[in-house]
Amino acid sequence: MNTQASFAANMATPGTLPLHRSKPLKAEVIHCFHCGETCTGQIEFDNYAFCCDGCQFVYKLLKDNDLCNYYDLSNTPGIKVKGNYAAEKFAYLDNQEVQQKLVRFTDGKQSHVSLSLPQMHCASCVWLLENLHVLQQGIIYSKVNFNNKEIVVAFELELTSLRKVIELLSYVGYEPYISLNDSEKKRPKSISRQQFYKIGVAGFCFSNIMMLSFPEYFSSGDIQQAFLKHLFTYLNLFLSLPVFFYSASDFFISACKGLKQKWLNIDAPIALSILITFSRSVYEVVSGTGAGYFDSMSGIVLFMLVGRWFQNKTYDAFSFDRDYKSYFPLGVTRIKEQREECIPINALEKGDRILVRSNEMIPADAIVINGEGNIDYSFVSGENLPVLKRPGELIYAGAKQLSGRIELEVVKPVSQSYITQLWNNNDIFREQKNKDKSFVHPWSRYFTAILFSITAIASVYWYVVDAHKVFYALTAALIVACPCSLLLSSSFTFGNMLRHFGKSKLYLKNASVIEALARINTVVFDKTGTLTFSAKAQIDFEGKPLSDEECSLLYSVVSQSVHPLSRLLTDYLLHQHPVQALTISQFAEKAGQGMEALVNETPIRVGSFAFVKGFRKERSTSATEVWIAIDSSVRGCFFIRNQYRNGVNEMVQKLEERSYDLHVLSGDNSAEKEALQQFFGQQIPLLFHQTPQDKLEYIKHLQQTSATKRVLMLGDGLNDAGSLQQSDVGIAVAENTSQFTPACDAILDSSKVGMLDAFLQYARSGKRVVSISFTLSILYNIVGLSFALQAKLSPMVAAILMPLSSITIVTFVTIATSIAARRNGVQ
Amino acid sequence: MSVLFVLIIVSVIVAGGFLVAFIWSVKKGQYDDAYTPSVRMLFDDKPPAE
Repeated sequence: MNTQASFAANMATPGTLPLHRSKPLKAEVIHCFHCGETCTGQIEFDNYAFCCDGCQFVYKLLKDNDLCNYYDLSNTPGIKVKGNYAAEKFAYLDNQEVQQKLVRFTDGKQSHVSLSLPQMHCASCVWLLENLHVLQQGIIYSKVNFNNKEIVVAFELELTSLRKVIELLSYVGYEPYISLNDSEKKRPKSISRQQFYKIGVAGFCFSNIMMLSFPEYFSSGDIQQAFLKHLFTYLNLFLSLPVFFYSASDFFISACKGLKQKWLNIDAPIALSILITFSRSVYEVVSGTGAGYFDSMSGIVLFMLVGRWFQNKTYDAFSFDRDYKSYFPLGVTRIKEQREECIPINALEKGDRILVRSNEMIPADAIVINGEGNIDYSFVSGENLPVLKRPGELIYAGAKQLSGRIELEVVKPVSQSYITQLWNNNDIFREQKNKDKSFVHPWSRYFTAILFSITAIASVYWYVVDAHKVFYALTAALIVACPCSLLLSSSFTFGNMLRHFGKSKLYLKNASVIEALARINTVVFDKTGTLTFSAKAQIDFEGKPLSDEECSLLYSVVSQSVHPLSRLLTDYLLHQHPVQALTISQFAEKAGQGMEALVNETPIRVGSFAFVKGFRKERSTSATEVWIAIDSSVRGCFFIRNQYRNGVNEMVQKLEERSYDLHVLSGDNSAEKEALQQFFGQQIPLLFHQTPQDKLEYIKHLQQTSATKRVLMLGDGLNDAGSLQQSDVGIAVAENTSQFTPACDAILDSSKVGMLDAFLQYARSGKRVVSISFTLSILYNIVGLSFALQAKLSPMVAAILMPLSSITIVTFVTIATSIAARRNGVQ
Repeated sequence: MSVLFVLIIVSVIVAGGFLVAFIWSVKKGQYDDAYTPSVRMLFDDKPPAE
């Protein structure tokens, strides 16, 4: 297996290869054949252009293994290879304890592992991932679940290992998302299957009971042959048993749970109604007085199960309940007695020495011992620019080391780190949030109360007039007035709305979030990454205009650095000018200051004012500046400003018109104050330099000052995690929904931030739809009751009335929610 | 009337067969993933190497 060897050899090298020699300039935009990103076209292979060595290696690997079908199924299906990950990155996977947590099944020879691959996005991905066995010996098969973005890999332990499988996946661009949290609790599959079994059984019984009841209905209850009549009714009784004892069991369980907590939930009257229908029908059949209402009962159960399934459609690929553990690596490199060893993160103790490499996350609050930390705090504080940390300084958990290795000493265990504390504080609150009652419940309570009083009055009336009919009138009233249509209307309305929201890229955790959204009157925004782009900026150059050649010099320098500003500039230069990478003979980066390099014998300095000009600046401006000097003369400055997302301005205006209370919290500096005031006006509270704790407290304060305030928090990243939890509805904005979002109630695709106003209005109209359909179902109930109270409810009337009311209500809410969606601009 | 009797038994058995088939398909995981198979069926087999 020659390709195996070449794969192993390539693995360690991406990103460390020497720069390629320059090629002639090309005017048109060139896209990488593998990942589709714009590139200079300098890396060529097989007449295709690639943006980086990583992408080219993957192409070569696939070509060598005859897997180029990958590129035929979709255009540029690849995922940009993130480049130099350290060879030891996955070393922790050799640890037995970690393996046990991840592997689903093993018999000593074969192992099955289920991994989450959020990067999966097209048919090509499925195809490549199911052909893993071609790429690595020892992989038996791999099977993809696209909706859940999961892959199951079966491999032979003799020929390969978990680490090798995961390294292969990462190498081709699908780095599995492995976290402590997800490996601790696996989602049980059997629950969703149970649901299908119950629907299947109820459907089977309902249709057969219906068929067997026809002779009874059409012969107006007067079948010639007594034997057949008995056969039919007993068959019906027999068929209704699985519906009553199996399919409907959830309603009874839920009702009992509610009663135990002295809380009458919507399932209680439904369970009561099912119970009474069933017992009266059994009584009728056994005593030979009638045919019973088995068809109505199984029909109701079937409809409600389908409604519940419809409403509970969830976005399995997203996780709404992540806590801090999901963000942290599973394994850490500890230095003990001069030796590096890989340990699981929970084994990390106070006082341990750990090693953090570039692009790795700091797992616990720690002090720098050796090396220079170039720390990106954007995740923790929202601050855009990296900070320099020297030996002796403290770094908080959740920060990311940008370049170079550092040695740290852990000062707090993982679970007590600053950022993880925010989650722990909120555990109590999270429970309260879930208890927020649906507005369907009070309706069903009134409904039940009124129903009971009507039946009581009717029973008294019949007791006086005709004592024999008390039993019939009483049970018939309870059968016909089942609040199932209340339940049906809310579950179909919310289920349909969840789908409309999902089409517009707002993914809600569950249906109760819709009701919470409808009640919102205060909106709190995070700035960085939420209102503005996190990886895009508005860049203006001031100074003597740069020639193409000078741009190439600059491009060669800035593309060497991983600093966020350098990345922005690299991107800007690549798109604005025909640049090419040139040979660099000397390069030095001073963290927090700038870079110095010698390109084509020309000295270049890029960095802060003080770094480039050599003296401090007196006044500060509102934008971030990057100064440049070419050949020892200062040429000018790039002003880098936040770029606001599309539609933010209109969205804010609409929200203000509808008199929502707006607030902006930013972890960043106040440089953007003026721009924000243009959007929001002068009166809106704008707070800067907010720590995650500050944001949380601010929201708590808002909620406490006024009992009617329902707060929506819109944020991204770990720094907003606490406030997303604290708010009534926390929406996480994600640039790419496959990325990891903090725990929240909903995930919003960042391109749709401008639609927030429409979403809120749609949620409100949903509440109206439910109210109208309730009225409709009550009308049906009045008709049914008028039959029942006269003791005239025949099984046939019940069998017609019940499905009819269910079908009209389902049709009505489906059409109404779709119209409301279009009217509000939601798809 | 005995015809009717036979027909009823047959119809319930046939319907029961469908129910069993449905339960079997759920058990086999056909309802776990409703999307990927639709993509998978479009993949061509690799043409034989020359």
